[in-house]
Amino acid sequence: MDKKDTILLAHGGGGSRSAELTRGLFQRFLRDPLLLEMDDAARLPGRPGAVFTTDSFVVRPLFFPGGDIGRLAVCGTVNDLAVMGAEPLWLSIGFIIEEGFPVAGLERVLASIARACREAGVRIVCADTKVVERGKADGLFINTSGIGRPAFRRPVLAGRARPGDAVLVSGPIGLHGVAVLTARGEFGLETRVRSDVAPLWGLVKTCRLLDVPFMRDPTRGGLAQTLNELAQGRPFGVRIDEASLPVPRDVAAVCDLLGLDPLQVANEGKVVMVVSARDAARALRLLRRQRLGRGARRIGEITAENRGRVVMATRAGSERIVMPPAGEILPRIC
Amino acid sequence: MADTKLNRLAARLRAFPARPGTRFMEVCGTHTVAIRRAGIQKLLPDGVRLVSGPGCPVCVSPDRLIDEAAALARQGAVITSFGDMLRVPGSRTSLDRERAAGADVRAVYSPLDALAVAAASGRETVFLAVGFETTAPAIAAAALKARERRIANFSLLTALRLVPPALAALVAGNTELAGFLLPGHVSAIIGKPAYEFLAERGLPVVIAGFGAAEIVSSLLLLLEMHEEGVQRIVNNYPGVVRDGGNERSRAVMAEVFAPADAEWRGLGTIPLSGLELRPAYADLDARRRFRIVAEAAPARKGCRCGDVLRGRIDPPACPLFNKACRPDSPVGPCMVSSEGSCSAWVLYG
Repeated sequence: MDKKDTILLAHGGGGSRSAELTRGLFQRFLRDPLLLEMDDAARLPGRPGAVFTTDSFVVRPLFFPGGDIGRLAVCGTVNDLAVMGAEPLWLSIGFIIEEGFPVAGLERVLASIARACREAGVRIVCADTKVVERGKADGLFINTSGIGRPAFRRPVLAGRARPGDAVLVSGPIGLHGVAVLTARGEFGLETRVRSDVAPLWGLVKTCRLLDVPFMRDPTRGGLAQTLNELAQGRPFGVRIDEASLPVPRDVAAVCDLLGLDPLQVANEGKVVMVVSARDAARALRLLRRQRLGRGARRIGEITAENRGRVVMATRAGSERIVMPPAGEILPRIC
Repeated sequence: MADTKLNRLAARLRAFPARPGTRFMEVCGTHTVAIRRAGIQKLLPDGVRLVSGPGCPVCVSPDRLIDEAAALARQGAVITSFGDMLRVPGSRTSLDRERAAGADVRAVYSPLDALAVAAASGRETVFLAVGFETTAPAIAAAALKARERRIANFSLLTALRLVPPALAALVAGNTELAGFLLPGHVSAIIGKPAYEFLAERGLPVVIAGFGAAEIVSSLLLLLEMHEEGVQRIVNNYPGVVRDGGNERSRAVMAEVFAPADAEWRGLGTIPLSGLELRPAYADLDARRRFRIVAEAAPARKGCRCGDVLRGRIDPPACPLFNKACRPDSPVGPCMVSSEGSCSAWVLYG
C-alpha cells in the first residue's frame, strides 16, 4: 500500500482489499510468527497450551431479528476459539459508547451478553468502558478477546486435509447477512429471516474425537471467503455442489432481488468442517443430533484437482469457480 | 423437481445441432452474471457463443459523470448514489475516495431515500440518476415527489440511458450477431413493441427471466428461431413482462424526462438514447443549478471496456484483464460493477 492512500470501507470488507491491508501494511510492522499464521485465533505455546483471539463489532442496526451487537460480540469470539478446536473459557470485553446513548439500550445489550455467556459456558473476567463525544462513534462499538483450551484429539490444521475428505456445513446459510441487511429497512423489504447468531462450541465439540483437519465459521464474506481460505496456497482444491447447498427460500429471494450471491453472505452461527472420508458420516450424525446442527449437510469434498481453488458444480450441470468477495458487498442498480 | 427440468433443458441445449459461428448477445448485466454463476456458457453447443452487451448501467456511464459528481461533492453538496457507482474510477478519483477524504457521499437504495436525505439534511442533495428504463420511472417519481413536497434542495445529476436505441446502434454497425437475449426487467416497462425494429432486421429476440432454467429455455428458443430462419420477438418471461409493458411507469417517465442524445462508453454518442429533464423540471437539473467545474477526462490507457461493451472482444483479450485491472482494484467500469462482464469473467470463470 502507498503512503498517500487512504483507508476505504472496502478495506474492511473481508475480501481481497482486506488482505491487501493486512499484508501490505500490518504485517510490515507486526511480524510475530503466531500472528503471521493468519488463523482465526493464535495457538499459544506450552502444554496443554491455550488459544487466544480478539474481534471488534460495529454492526448496524445494533438490534436485528435474532440478535443484537452484544450477542454477536460474545458469539463471534467464542466461535473463533471453537473453530480452532478449543473450548472457550474466558473473555474480556471493551465498550466504546457514544455520548447520548440510551441507558435502556445498554441494559438490553448487557442482558443479551449475559445470556449469550451462559449459553456458551464462558466467563467475562475483565472489562473496559470508554465514552466518546457525540458523532465520534456510531452508538456502540464492542471488542471482545477470548482464551480457550485445545480440546480436539487431533490438531485442527487445514494442511492435514486430503483429497476425498468431506466438506460439511452445519445448517442453512446466509441468514445473518440477510437479517441485518433487511433490518436496516433501506430496501423496503420485509422477510421473516432471523440471524443465526449462536455460540458453536456445544455443537462442534461433539466431533472432538474425530479427524477434523479444518473448521471455520463462515462470517464476513460467507462460504465463498471461508472455502477460499481453506484452498488458497494448498496442494488441493475444494469442490462443492450447488444442489446440496442449504440456501433458505427467503435468503435466495432477497439475494436475487439485490443481486447478491448467497455464498458471499455472512453467517454467525454456522461452521464449515472438513472431515476425513472415514469420519464424515459419523460427523454428520453427531452434528444433526444437536439443535444448531439439525440442518447439517455434506456440500462437497477436497479434490486433488483445481489446486488452490474452489469450484462449484452448478444445478445446470455446469461448473464455475467460487471467488472470495472483493470488498464491500454492494447491491446492484437494476 | 425444478432441477430435473433444468437438467433436461440443459441437455437439450448441449445437444442442439447449431450452425457454427452463431453469436447471440445477452444485453443485460444481470443476465451476464446469472449465466456465469450457473456456468451456462459452458453448456452451449459447439459453434455457439454468447457475448455480453451494453446493459450494465455502471459500465456505460462515461467517466465525466464521476468527475462531475466528485466536483459537486467537493463544492459541498451531499452526493447520493446507488452503491454500485461509488467505486467507479473517474478520470482522477472515485466517490468512495472522495468520501474517505471527507466528502458527504451516501449510498442509497432508492431515489426516494435520496429525497429523504435531502429533507433531513436541509443541504443541497444531488442524486446520481443512473440506470435504464427500469430505474427511470422510480427516479421520475422521486422528482414529482420533490415538487409536491416542495423540497427545494434536491436535484438530479442525470445519466439515464435507453436500451432500444443502443441496440439499434449495435446492429447497425455489426452484422455478426444472430439474435438477442433481452433484459426482463427493462422489458417489463417498455414491452414487446419496443423491439420490433430488431425482428424487422431479421433477428430473433427473446425476452428472458433471470433463473438458470429461464435463461436456458430462452437460449433454446433463440437457437430454434435462428435455425428455422424465423424472426420474432418472443416474451419468455410472461409472469413478469406484459407484452404491452407498463404504461403507467412510462407515463411517469415521460412526464419528467425527454429523450436526448447521449454518450455511451464504447458506443459513442447515440441519438435519443438518454433521458434529460424536461424544461418544466429544469430546476431539478444539477447541471443547471450548479456551475460544475470538472476537469477534462484523459482517456484510460489500455482499458478496452468499450470493445467489451460492443461485444467486439471477450474480457481476457484486454491487456489489463485480471492483471492491472481486477475486481478489487478496477481500472475500467466493466470490472467495477458487479454486473460488468469483466468482473463476471473473473469471479465465475
